[in-house]
Amino acid sequence: MSEMIKVSFTLNGKPVTYNVAAQTSLLRMLRDNYNYDVKCGCEEGDCGTCTVLVDGVSHKSCITLAAQVEGKSVLTVRGITYGDDEAGHLLQKNFVECGSIQCGFCTPGLIMVSKEYLNNGGIADRSAIRRAISGNLCRCTGYKKIIDAVYKTAKEIGREERQNV
Amino acid sequence: MYNTPKTSYSLVGTAVPRHDAWAKVKGDQAYSDDWAMPGMLYGKVLRSKHAAAILRGVDTSKAEALPGVHAVLTAKDVPNNIDISKFGQMRDVGGGFEGLYKALADGKIRSRGEAIALVAAETEEIAEDALKLIKVDYDVQEGVFDPREALKPGAYIVSSEDTSNKIMETKVEKGNVEGAWKDCDIIIENDYHTTPHDHAYLETECGMAWMDENGVVTLRVGTQVLEHYRTIARILGLPHTKVRNMSVMMGGGFGGKEDITVETYLALLTYKTRRPVKMVWTREESLEVHAKRHPEYLHYKTGATKDGKILCQEAHIIMDGGSYTYLTPWVQMYSTINGPGPYNIPNLLSHSVSAFTNNTLSSANRGFGATQVNFAYERQMDELARALNMDPYEIRLKNVVKNGDEISTGFVLEGHIALTEMIKKIREKLEATPKPDRLPDGRKVGRGIAVGQMSYGRLCFLHDSSRCAIRVELDGTITLRAGVPDVGAGQASALAQICAEELGLPIEDVHPFIMDTHLTPLCGTSTATRQLYMAGNACIMATRFVRDIIARKAAKLLDCNPDELTFRDKQIVFINDPQKSIPFVTVVGHVSNDGELLFHEAQFNAPFTEVPDLTNIKGRIHPDMTFTGHGVEIAVDEETGEYEVLRIIACMDCGKALNRNSVEGQMEGGAVYNLGWLREDLRWQKGVTKGNSFSTYLIPTSVDTPDVETVVIESGGGLGPYGAKGVGEPSDNTICPACVNAINDAIGVSFHTTLVKPEQICLALHEKKQRGANG
Repeated sequence: MSEMIKVSFTLNGKPVTYNVAAQTSLLRMLRDNYNYDVKCGCEEGDCGTCTVLVDGVSHKSCITLAAQVEGKSVLTVRGITYGDDEAGHLLQKNFVECGSIQCGFCTPGLIMVSKEYLNNGGIADRSAIRRAISGNLCRCTGYKKIIDAVYKTAKEIGREERQNV
Repeated sequence: MYNTPKTSYSLVGTAVPRHDAWAKVKGDQAYSDDWAMPGMLYGKVLRSKHAAAILRGVDTSKAEALPGVHAVLTAKDVPNNIDISKFGQMRDVGGGFEGLYKALADGKIRSRGEAIALVAAETEEIAEDALKLIKVDYDVQEGVFDPREALKPGAYIVSSEDTSNKIMETKVEKGNVEGAWKDCDIIIENDYHTTPHDHAYLETECGMAWMDENGVVTLRVGTQVLEHYRTIARILGLPHTKVRNMSVMMGGGFGGKEDITVETYLALLTYKTRRPVKMVWTREESLEVHAKRHPEYLHYKTGATKDGKILCQEAHIIMDGGSYTYLTPWVQMYSTINGPGPYNIPNLLSHSVSAFTNNTLSSANRGFGATQVNFAYERQMDELARALNMDPYEIRLKNVVKNGDEISTGFVLEGHIALTEMIKKIREKLEATPKPDRLPDGRKVGRGIAVGQMSYGRLCFLHDSSRCAIRVELDGTITLRAGVPDVGAGQASALAQICAEELGLPIEDVHPFIMDTHLTPLCGTSTATRQLYMAGNACIMATRFVRDIIARKAAKLLDCNPDELTFRDKQIVFINDPQKSIPFVTVVGHVSNDGELLFHEAQFNAPFTEVPDLTNIKGRIHPDMTFTGHGVEIAVDEETGEYEVLRIIACMDCGKALNRNSVEGQMEGGAVYNLGWLREDLRWQKGVTKGNSFSTYLIPTSVDTPDVETVVIESGGGLGPYGAKGVGEPSDNTICPACVNAINDAIGVSFHTTLVKPEQICLALHEKKQRGANG
């Protein structure tokens, strides 16, 4: 039997404590506790579908150990949905309106890396956005409309605009 | 009759957000893996380690004895282990179209990863431990991994049920091929090869199942074919009423969730254990075992006059069907019929043979046989243009089919053909700036074009139909019920949009309840680019039936004729005096009060034909075709072989764009999907998939593609709602040949395979240099 550990952290603004086997990944801990907004696409750190922010930094939760978030703050897409972060809500609205969503399976992870990009002062620059989201795969959209949504959000929150040639 | 063009639209043609977009962006959308039930067990599959073997025996005793294991099943535990694979068609069509389906391996193992046993245990870990305790006695065989070898006399026979590896042979013929070669000024002959391709949807195959209180095996599994419940019922020996799939939104499909995936396994395990069971395939499992796009070997011979008019073309196609039949004969129909491409060729022969091998099975993948031949005929077209020193646009303009022309089977399409306009638009857009020979960084620049055709709607001899139901609620909102599998392309939302358009309501007022085999009217499969065409037309029929009742009631209340009224902004208004109106909900109240119908379920039937003579296919095989094209600009680094796609122009006649975002989304996504085909390498080695993770099977990321520039043509000439054509699959077919044509334009190397990686470019350039030095 594997050793059980207790992990206490802040999940979407609320303190939680989960008991998990020591080798459990952050992804499994979240999903085993019904946080189904975090999706699993490969469980090998390749696709970015399970991306969450840990203390504001994007992590592929499948290759992050649950124990690593002890005492930290974890943000998932529902944290944005039910939080009061206006830029986050604007980002979600623009994903909806720009047609950035098809099957939607990659969407929660892409919202999180886009949010990180904006949190870090990211500007309305298609090349920079393209690079920022490049660790997250999407098989449906061809990425254009996702980049559209992040670009539009950056512009709407007053960031500098840079046209790529 | 149901496609009466409307003169003005309020919702159709806009980019209205889909009904489900908010749930997805908020993290509220639940997929097949996002459910749990008390007492739930975990299911796992024991898969063959060998690609070719005779299964001598399976010893499950140790696994069964492991604490926490509730069931270990092998072929002998399956009530009807052997059946035929069907894909929702109403009847057996014969002609080899229904292939053998086995729930679990029995007799010969046909491919690596074939399912041998199933386990259900209390935790995933226990299930995995149990798999290791199952002893399989294999008698390993040599196997055969190339369909050309498999068809030779004396080849290893893949199946234990057949005496030959041949699956099907078929042919389309027109004019007199043999007699026409002598009239040609030029004849070119080439061999092409297309590689297997994985769908790589981000959601792997998964779901759960449980027994309901009345003994119904109930599944919650995302599938493109709800109608598989019938096959599952037969496997279990149950009536169709006792297997239900309360299906759910898929995280992508692309044809990969068209075959049965986890459903049979889940049904068997829950039926045996009477406990809820969940099964989720790993990414590795998904890449190794689910069906791939058919690899094809294509030989093309084309003859033309010196001014570029094609007189004659022969295509011989060999398809790798892999381990089981599944959809091979259907895919083969598409390859054969589309073999000559969208060209007016008076003398043609398109001949195909498919064969079993010990590779992973081949089946549906976006483009479904049309995409493989599209690569070959568009590479061939460029080769011909080069040989004649002709412009690649001109040669296509000279030969493409136009309205009234016959396609290969002699059928004249009812829908519009916009190829000429498309080719001109692609050229105009691509040539808006002059092409530099090199970029400032030294990379060589090339441009390429390719066009293509693909049907929407299923093979007409399947007698396809689709249903949709509408119910008007007393507050004036609409409940729309449709068994429409939604792969993420907006299949369900399109129906809501159509219904809202017809009734003059905002889309939010129409709520689609979808995808339940027994509670929603079956729309048929979300395959064959058919759903908007089929379910869309059924939705219009159902909505207009109810609308007519409401319109008659409104006319009575307003003392006028129904044809003086229209539905707009939740009102029923006078067409000629929009100030005069009555609220929709008020009229609904009157209809209800008078005991008249506020619901309707309608069925739309596609055109029906009979199974053609496969040795000489003629007539209407599909309802209609969608025509597409891509123009690309590529930069190639001659030192590293690395290439970058700088521009992609995607052009399509979609008939009518019901939802602009959805149409562009398909065109953008389709282009990038098959752009990936150039580099995605499953690296099959004797039936072993070496490219079995996303770190070895590389699908395009956001930095691997430019923004796709879409050019949408709306001819109105389709058979779908408001003149729409299908767009899902055709959107990906022409990008691959366009890119390879562009590479040729840049560096003068002509690749005859869909797999073009930088190392191959390096090697080819090296060989070219050697030839230059020697010659």
